[in-house]
Amino acid sequence: MYTPHTDSEREEMLKVIGVPSIESLFEDVPAEHRFPKLNLPEPLSEMEVTAQLQELSSINETTQDLICFLGAGAYNHYVPAAVDTILRRGEFYTAYTPYQPEISQGTLQAIFEYQSLIANLTGMDASNASHYDGATATAEAAVMAYHHFRGKRTRIVVSPAVNPQYRAVVRTYMAGYETVEITGDQQINPFHAPEDLLPLIDTNTSLVIVQYPDFFGRVRDYTNLAQIVHEAGALLAVVINPLALALFKSPGEMGADIACGEGQPLGIPLSYGGPYLGIFATKKEYVRKMAGRLVGETTDKQGRRGYVLTLTAREQHIRREKATSNICTNQGLMALAATVYMSLLGKTGLRQVAELCYHKAHFTAQQINQIPGFEVDLSTPFFHEFVVKCPDSVEAINEYLLDNGILGGYDLGNDYPSLKNHMLIAVTEKNTREDIEILCEALKEYSHD
Amino acid sequence: MKVPSNLKYTKTDEWVKVEGNIATIGISDYAQSQLSDIVYFEFKVDAGETVHKDQSIATVESVKAAADVNAPVSGKVVELNNALTDKFEAINTDPYGAAWMLKIEMSNPSELDTLMDAAAYESYCQERGH
Amino acid sequence: MTEPTIYELSSPGRQGVRYPQPDVPLAELPQDLVRKELPLPELSELNVIRHFTHLSHLNYSIDGGFYPLGSCTMKYNPKINEEMARLPGFLHTHPLQPIETVQGNLALMYELQEYLKEITGFDAVTLQPAAGAQGEFTGVMIIRAYHKSRGDTKRTRILVPDSAHGTNPATSAMSGYEVVHIPSDKRGNVDINAIRAACDDTVAGLMLTNPNTLGLFEEQVVEVNKIVHQAGGLVYGDGANLNALLGITRPADLGFDIMHINLHKTFSTPHGGGGPGSGPVAVTAALKEFLPGPIVEVIEEGDEEMPPMFGFYQPNQSIGRVKAFHGHFGMMVRAYTYISMHGAEGLRKVAEYAVLNANYLLARLRGTYKVPYDRICKHEFVAEGVWDDAPGVHALDIAKRLMDYNFHPPTNYFPLIVREALMIEPTETETKQTLDRFADVMLKIAEEAHQQPDLLHEAPHNTPVGRLDEVKAAKELVLCCWLPEQVQN
Repeated sequence: MYTPHTDSEREEMLKVIGVPSIESLFEDVPAEHRFPKLNLPEPLSEMEVTAQLQELSSINETTQDLICFLGAGAYNHYVPAAVDTILRRGEFYTAYTPYQPEISQGTLQAIFEYQSLIANLTGMDASNASHYDGATATAEAAVMAYHHFRGKRTRIVVSPAVNPQYRAVVRTYMAGYETVEITGDQQINPFHAPEDLLPLIDTNTSLVIVQYPDFFGRVRDYTNLAQIVHEAGALLAVVINPLALALFKSPGEMGADIACGEGQPLGIPLSYGGPYLGIFATKKEYVRKMAGRLVGETTDKQGRRGYVLTLTAREQHIRREKATSNICTNQGLMALAATVYMSLLGKTGLRQVAELCYHKAHFTAQQINQIPGFEVDLSTPFFHEFVVKCPDSVEAINEYLLDNGILGGYDLGNDYPSLKNHMLIAVTEKNTREDIEILCEALKEYSHD
Repeated sequence: MKVPSNLKYTKTDEWVKVEGNIATIGISDYAQSQLSDIVYFEFKVDAGETVHKDQSIATVESVKAAADVNAPVSGKVVELNNALTDKFEAINTDPYGAAWMLKIEMSNPSELDTLMDAAAYESYCQERGH
Repeated sequence: MTEPTIYELSSPGRQGVRYPQPDVPLAELPQDLVRKELPLPELSELNVIRHFTHLSHLNYSIDGGFYPLGSCTMKYNPKINEEMARLPGFLHTHPLQPIETVQGNLALMYELQEYLKEITGFDAVTLQPAAGAQGEFTGVMIIRAYHKSRGDTKRTRILVPDSAHGTNPATSAMSGYEVVHIPSDKRGNVDINAIRAACDDTVAGLMLTNPNTLGLFEEQVVEVNKIVHQAGGLVYGDGANLNALLGITRPADLGFDIMHINLHKTFSTPHGGGGPGSGPVAVTAALKEFLPGPIVEVIEEGDEEMPPMFGFYQPNQSIGRVKAFHGHFGMMVRAYTYISMHGAEGLRKVAEYAVLNANYLLARLRGTYKVPYDRICKHEFVAEGVWDDAPGVHALDIAKRLMDYNFHPPTNYFPLIVREALMIEPTETETKQTLDRFADVMLKIAEEAHQQPDLLHEAPHNTPVGRLDEVKAAKELVLCCWLPEQVQN
């Protein structure tokens, strides 16, 4: 199969090595622990494994079988066929990190283009080659701010309207920095205004983290916040949804120092939560503080343009314990997916998808708001996600919806004790008017029952 | 390789020029040649800050390596050569002149006794090869 | 040949993909928040396909040729894996769906956890970490949480051998530990006396790679692990080199407490030009409750008629999440496929042939290239890329010259304890013919190094670009491009 030697080749090789058998290559392994019997199922052929996994996967109910209104950090968008066509090229997916630039220009230029697209989209000066996902990119912002102030500023202010999983990951990443205090998300009302964070920001604050649109889908202007954060000498990180940036002001325009977030909406399938794409971009003055891979343009001896990994002296393989991050990989192939997706849609297409999401979500919100017992706050601008106050537990409503072929919204009570009976609904370009009407019909029926 | 005789040197390749109670610090010609082309320089302390001997006070980066600059003596940082942050090429071209990094007001001048003189440093470099 | 960037190919007014018109009434846009400019390129679908196809031609890849990159395990990435990960039943599931609707996913994750436990000998597994480095971070944070839970706050140091991957010290430092470097001995093992001397009640643990980065099995591993345990520390196994041990020995049996597993090395998921990886972490029973949650468990036993019900379990002393959702599920499907197709016997063969191939190459190159720690190696070995009688030729020159012969170079300048290191890992999926061709070329290059060194210094000659100016890249820092109309502004 994947181990190609014939018996005679194996014997020949052993002879060249000068050992009698394959077993004799393992004499340095303690005898009592050598060659354990592994209790694994009998090997399957490709045909059998295909059948087995087809069966296993068919047990799932998918966003193709169900009408999906679930978001909360992962979104059901359409991925044009051309994206996966490129991803399936062996030259891309069977290559390694481009350490040898002469034979990796494909990967390097694609990353350079990715960095360019992200920098332009976020309005920042530079993007890295990506992090693991939105949560770890956010955590890297906290680590970067800590090191930027050489550990002298120990407070991180985080909005409760930042994705709860991202906040959890920030806490895990900062647990080793014992002096650091993470505050804000436990103190303030989840539906806070940007100004509500101000009393927490002081000269000991390294970083303020807000989300845009926030976890509840709301779009707030952080321009004033940025100004006050800067007056305190701190940095502002804005957790973004890149698709929303095709429609709304960029974090760069608002004065953010870091834009980070989840790149999954840019042509990456849901795939049960991963692999996704961690976006991280910053201003010029912080480029050298940014963890992760970075591709730069240069020339070869003949003056031909080419690309290399640059500023590598910051990284773990050179700095070892003095590196500020242990990251080696980026999400190369996922960054490529986002690059192809953005290239295909371009300026017009990306805006079009964002507007489709916007209009459909607003239509859905208005319709739901008219159903007795259900309430939507339509006064704050939102993108493609919004909070519905429900007459009953979200779990019960979702069960009912599921029986009607609908994947309902996210139960905010899971993360916010004060938001029991609040559902977060996401609407994308994939939801048709008919889908939306079916949802509203089902909610109406539920409230009547 | 230049090793001015009026300076003192550390095992981690910093040089020190002593004038009264003030120690001026940089990295040696040997150090810059080992690092090759410098692409970045950054201070890790501010003026006014107290540092102790061997504390990392700056970082120098080339394409393939990064090196910490350590304080050869303890004391208070009285001046930073801020121009070096943008003109870090000087570390390669003029390590003992324009590329001075910072000045420390020594709190324990006897620490100077642990440093090497030019002759000792030169043979120390030769031992390590080029 | 230089491929223009997508920005240079852009032409205002083009669009590569069309979307339906809105089927709902349009809502008003909040004008004060709406973006005025979106400076992105505009291309047709064919523009895009050709551009990225051209770019792909500039890449070296496993599908294109031999990739003996030490410590990276560049084995063949089976095509069936790609098909399975794209089965619609897997691909189109949302990570927050109710568990009743994703029992297929959970069953696969559960089985994969079980397989990894069986292969490594550990008692519990989290699939959450996104890559090896994140697995390391998870592991070291578990060490930290374990000592903390016992009120043992004196432990501030982690021991790291000098041959370790740079991630080991970096991880320890980012987890708040002081790093203590342990030298290697003459046989290339971690120096057991140095371990003994360093072990006291301030040691939180040891990070040990086995086989180590010299490709050598740590001959005293059981004893080393015992010494650390006796001092009250834990031993973290860096699983980067697990490919050599499949069915050969189980790390938990050797006394390791924690280990990460690189699905993208050992279990054939593709490297993707630098990710996504996947770095599950396995631990002993004593550490299970510290794992990042949630992990998949059976929440309702099945019977003859009903399959078991799978759900999530939140470990009660968890270090917390290390990433959003459940990890890189797509990579799990690929690894599951790979393990299913191998079974116990097939996996052992993987390790055996990986080791056979490495020793065969070592035997063919020995004598021409100096191998400083020369004994039976495991999946890789490290040679010196330098000769006293060929002054001026370096490992880097050999690496670049290999490209002219259409081989990917080995890892160079790592591990740091070998001068001008060339770290060669052939993997089990290569034929003897490929290994022979590579060995022949390596011998030829050694000859060239002595007779025509300029051939090496100027290499590569046949690649799309020559050696690139890295100093210029770092000094000028051109990190992105813009549309021509923006540049004019």
